[in-house]
Amino acid sequence: MLKDITLGQYYPGDSWIHRLDARVKIIATILYIVSLFIVKDFIGFGLVVIFLALVIGISKVPLSFILRGLKPIFIIILFTFVINMLMTKGTILWQWGIIRITEEGLYNAVFMGLRLVFLIIGSSLLTFTTKPMSLTDGIEKILSPLRKIGVPAHELAMMMSIALRFIPTLMEEADKIMKAQKARGADFETGNIFRRAKALVPLLVPLFIGAFRIAQDLAMAMEARCYRGGAHRTRMNAMVLQKKDAAASVLMAAFLFLLIIQSQLL
Amino acid sequence: MKHLIEIENLTFEYTREEDAVSVKALDGVSLSIEKGSFTAILGRNGSGKSTLAKNINGLLLPTEGTVRVGGFSTSDEDHIWEVRQTAGMVFQNPDNQLVASIVEDDVAFGPENLGIPPREIREKVDEALKAVNMYDHRKKAPHLLSGGQKQRVAIAGVLAMRPECIILDEPTAMLDPQGRKEILSTICRLNREEGITILLITHFMEEALPADRVIVMDQGKIAMDGTPKDVFSQQETLLEMGMELPFAVEMALRLRNKGITIPREIIEENELVTYLCQYE
Repeated sequence: MLKDITLGQYYPGDSWIHRLDARVKIIATILYIVSLFIVKDFIGFGLVVIFLALVIGISKVPLSFILRGLKPIFIIILFTFVINMLMTKGTILWQWGIIRITEEGLYNAVFMGLRLVFLIIGSSLLTFTTKPMSLTDGIEKILSPLRKIGVPAHELAMMMSIALRFIPTLMEEADKIMKAQKARGADFETGNIFRRAKALVPLLVPLFIGAFRIAQDLAMAMEARCYRGGAHRTRMNAMVLQKKDAAASVLMAAFLFLLIIQSQLL
Repeated sequence: MKHLIEIENLTFEYTREEDAVSVKALDGVSLSIEKGSFTAILGRNGSGKSTLAKNINGLLLPTEGTVRVGGFSTSDEDHIWEVRQTAGMVFQNPDNQLVASIVEDDVAFGPENLGIPPREIREKVDEALKAVNMYDHRKKAPHLLSGGQKQRVAIAGVLAMRPECIILDEPTAMLDPQGRKEILSTICRLNREEGITILLITHFMEEALPADRVIVMDQGKIAMDGTPKDVFSQQETLLEMGMELPFAVEMALRLRNKGITIPREIIEENELVTYLCQYE
């Protein structure tokens, strides 16, 4: 179950999208998320689907791999869907006691559900096609002008890259602890939600202690490898914007422009 | 010839957390390591062998005495980075020492910290990965590698900083037999072919056999120091300190107790086999 989570994981590849500058991809992703909120109807979503299909096609990341990233947040999508369906007032389609489904509710539910799905797919494409290191480098570069007003750009980026790097390690650790506790008769799967939450305590406590131990080891290993903050550091892959980055920016701008026109005029 | 590492009268004290008593983890250790040598440091848990390693790299600073690496004292804050570059360190847990999510980025971490220009970093990273036979895995994520492979990446990460000496603090303790073999042969090759000084800290007696020199630590002091033959032929002393014996030595000891005369210089398995085959 823990192995299923792919959100925030890199899918190794060498496609055009993979090779784009991380800064361009980050900004494009932010614009893409904004664009999802510009969309007013299903025709707009049609454009989004075409755009997504194009990007996924170029990135060569298998669709099944991307859809797997949706699984952990399936509950949230379902929740949004149900809430929207039941809480919107309007023409009643079907009623049973106090539960009623309205036409507007159904429309909203599908609309919101799709928006969430597209949001996750689009943003996970960023992490699928960008190495976490370049991702954090990109964030560092984007934030670096803010260093003058005291934003610790390098430290933030370093923290993020380490957090990403240790997700699988902690996942393995959690898996191990879970098995050990199960072997001693712990029960994580039955009972109501409170019982299950309580059952997680013997999982979380050792996990946190383990995390502190890992942090200590890592800090020592980093120091042994001459890490002393961002000041003197150079990078192996220096970021240089290339022609393809310009092309990607134009493509993104075109998509955004198209969506704005569609939502405003049609 | 000048020694690469010179330790004089090193004492390291720390305060134990449970009872706030100050404990001497190292007690007056003096030691010189020659350039290009392969030294194994053996000892039980708590004998001070790991503390010694961390003192050489400047991660811990001596309470008394001095540690000099490549001519620089580890207590000299202005040169601590030279010390750490000269004596690179590989730790026990392969998972907890890799910083980046891609093998080659991790290997680049050290050179990046040193402020080396990008093009040179690329060269050093490729060279280091080839030296540990991990070049084909350079684009992979560390968590998809085996323990032995991860540990080889960690060694490459140190190699890319062009150290003169690599200190390995129980690098095989968490590995399976296959991984242990990989690491040991990598270490031996780096020592013989690249001339890198190796300081291997371990509690597996077998791993000390290919070394030029074996040092046994006990209760914060150097208990024995000599060639593998010198050290492992003194079986009684080793057993008194609660250490295990290498397989061939243990075997020879048992055979000797049964009345078969086997010379004490025999410490390696193939030596024992050759001897026994010619035994009459």
